Amino acid sequence: MSTVTNTIFSPELAARFDHLVTIYPVKRSALVPMLLYAQDEIGYVSDAAVSEIAVRIGINDLEVRNVLSYYSMLRTKPAGKYNVQVCTNISCMLRGGYGILDHCKKTLGIGHKETTADGTFSLEEVECIGACCWAPAMQVNYDFHDELTPEKVDVVLQQYRDGQGKDVK
Amino acid sequence: MPTLVSHPDEVKIVSRRFGQGAADIEKYIELDGYKAVQLAISQGAEMSNWIINTMKASGLRGRGGAGFPTGMKWSFVPKVSEKPKYVLVNGDESEPGTCKDHVIFLHDPHSVIEGTMIAGLAIGSKLGFIYLRGEYRYLLKQVEKAVADAYAKGFLGKNIFGSGIDFDIITQTGAGAYEVGEGSALMESLEGKRGVPRIKPPFPAVVGLYGGPTVINNAETIANAPHILLMGGEAYAKLGTERNGGTRLFGISGHVERPGVYELPMGYSLRKAIYEVAGGIKDGKKLKAVVPGGSSCPVLTADEIDVGLDFDQMGKAGTMLGSGGIVVLDETVSIVEFAMRVISFYQHESCGWCIPCREGTDWIKKTLTRVYNGGGSKKDVDNVQYLAENMMGRTFCPLGDAAAMPTLGFVKKFRKEFEDYIEGHKAGTTLITVEQLVGAGH
Ligand SMILES: Cc1cc2nc3c(=O)[nH]c(=O)nc-3n(C[C@H](O)[C@H](O)[C@H](O)COP(=O)(O)O)c2cc1C
Ligand code: SF4
Ligand code: FES
Repeated sequence: MSTVTNTIFSPELAARFDHLVTIYPVKRSALVPMLLYAQDEIGYVSDAAVSEIAVRIGINDLEVRNVLSYYSMLRTKPAGKYNVQVCTNISCMLRGGYGILDHCKKTLGIGHKETTADGTFSLEEVECIGACCWAPAMQVNYDFHDELTPEKVDVVLQQYRDGQGKDVK
Repeated sequence: MPTLVSHPDEVKIVSRRFGQGAADIEKYIELDGYKAVQLAISQGAEMSNWIINTMKASGLRGRGGAGFPTGMKWSFVPKVSEKPKYVLVNGDESEPGTCKDHVIFLHDPHSVIEGTMIAGLAIGSKLGFIYLRGEYRYLLKQVEKAVADAYAKGFLGKNIFGSGIDFDIITQTGAGAYEVGEGSALMESLEGKRGVPRIKPPFPAVVGLYGGPTVINNAETIANAPHILLMGGEAYAKLGTERNGGTRLFGISGHVERPGVYELPMGYSLRKAIYEVAGGIKDGKKLKAVVPGGSSCPVLTADEIDVGLDFDQMGKAGTMLGSGGIVVLDETVSIVEFAMRVISFYQHESCGWCIPCREGTDWIKKTLTRVYNGGGSKKDVDNVQYLAENMMGRTFCPLGDAAAMPTLGFVKKFRKEFEDYIEGHKAGTTLITVEQLVGAGH
């Protein structure tokens, strides 16, 4: 049973949040993970999510928004079902990262931070994702795909289209 | 999946269990796991001193970037404190060119857990945090499972290994911010705030997380602790060079034949690391430059690579060992483009708190972009140098320096290339086009 009545989250996530605020020396430490997990479930951090998280932690909405706006992975608008994040930082750039980004733009027909009309994919150019030795690399949602070539990108994107992607949550 | 690599010159300490399924607790135990923490506990009343002295003797220096001696860091924590003490493991790993902690979390998460327990026992803490960058979700799951397995075995929680001491671990995720890798910004993030750094002093060893004394270490630093206790501090120290004990993970990326994360003794030759360990320059091309320890380290030219990979030798060579991320550039790279990409990153990541960093990174980026687009004048190179020099040491946290140092390296060592570029003679093949730059997300 959730401590918040009328939660907007699934029963599993609500239960997880109930637990999360109890494990830290201060409740507020749960804020960043809660925002991220809320986004994972809803697709973005909605106004309702902000309000409920604020209540759960015992701070006001503005304090939540202030933190929310700092972190680059958090968004307040929906993205595609699969968010394709291509790294173009130095190690990836040296091994063709910009070519991979261009290929994604062309194949998906969208630019940086845009979403395809059917809502399946969105695209983002991102900074180093910690896969430099396996460059060029990208993440689709939380899944890493590395040592990419344009051909490999096509295969990966098709897997998601077919509902065969790994899709870690 | 990260490809595992291997080379005969490697000395595998922290990477000993890689590729052996040690994420599974039974396998970890079979491979001497959780022995070090028990050995520490068996020292009885001398436990804390024994751990700290062993760590001091090992000559281990922090693998997060700055190379601060770990044993000494632990010894700074007051023995008695009214507030609870904490251990904080930094797995934010966001310095471009760095992916070594990634491999530790993937292949040997229990070594991080055991190391956290050891640090806790050394400083008298009952609670440790393992903070992973938000992008590392699959690794967070791996670490969460490892922590749960350790609890299930009774290794974590109440009265660990019959010591009468309780120790808990909380795993935590970030949500995307390079600056949060900085120790005090990480503490802010963990307290549920924006990742703005704190003023020092007071240092975290005295006033850290929740105001309590806190030890913060990089994940690789922590993962070394169990190995050091088991093999002995002196034995570990001997693997490396003077004042630079042991081995470290080097991520070699960019234009090499066999990129990967290799564990080499401290002081190992940079030339050999590139030409032998990583198989030399890709496609038989010539070497142009090396960024030796993550993107914030000043570049070395092809003539400057006869240097040993330890903190002191790299310092003497005018650069840094940093995070151990060696990025190799072949002859086709335009340093103007590369420098621009590096400063774009720092401009994007500057938290904007202090003016020299916020404005400095922005102006350097603008100036280099103008140069890059063909509208530069010779004075621009001086301007870039002037801006970077005036950022050095004048910012609130070291991110300002991290942006200025590589910039200075590029314009000082490759000045002629910048000038030639301005005169319309571009070196190298294009890696970023103007369109890509304009459409850039950074
Ligand atoms: C801007 C900035 C980013 C940093 N990022 C990281 C990081 O991602 N991981 C890390 O371990 N240390 C990082 N550091 C260094 C930490 O502040 C801190 O020195 C380190 O975690 C201490 O651990 P060590 O002594 O084991 O190296 C960063 C420092 C700065 C200034
Ligand atoms: S140096 Fe940069 S990142 Fe650090 S506090 Fe100042 S503006 Fe923020
Ligand atoms: S530079 Fe692309 S993953 Fe590090």
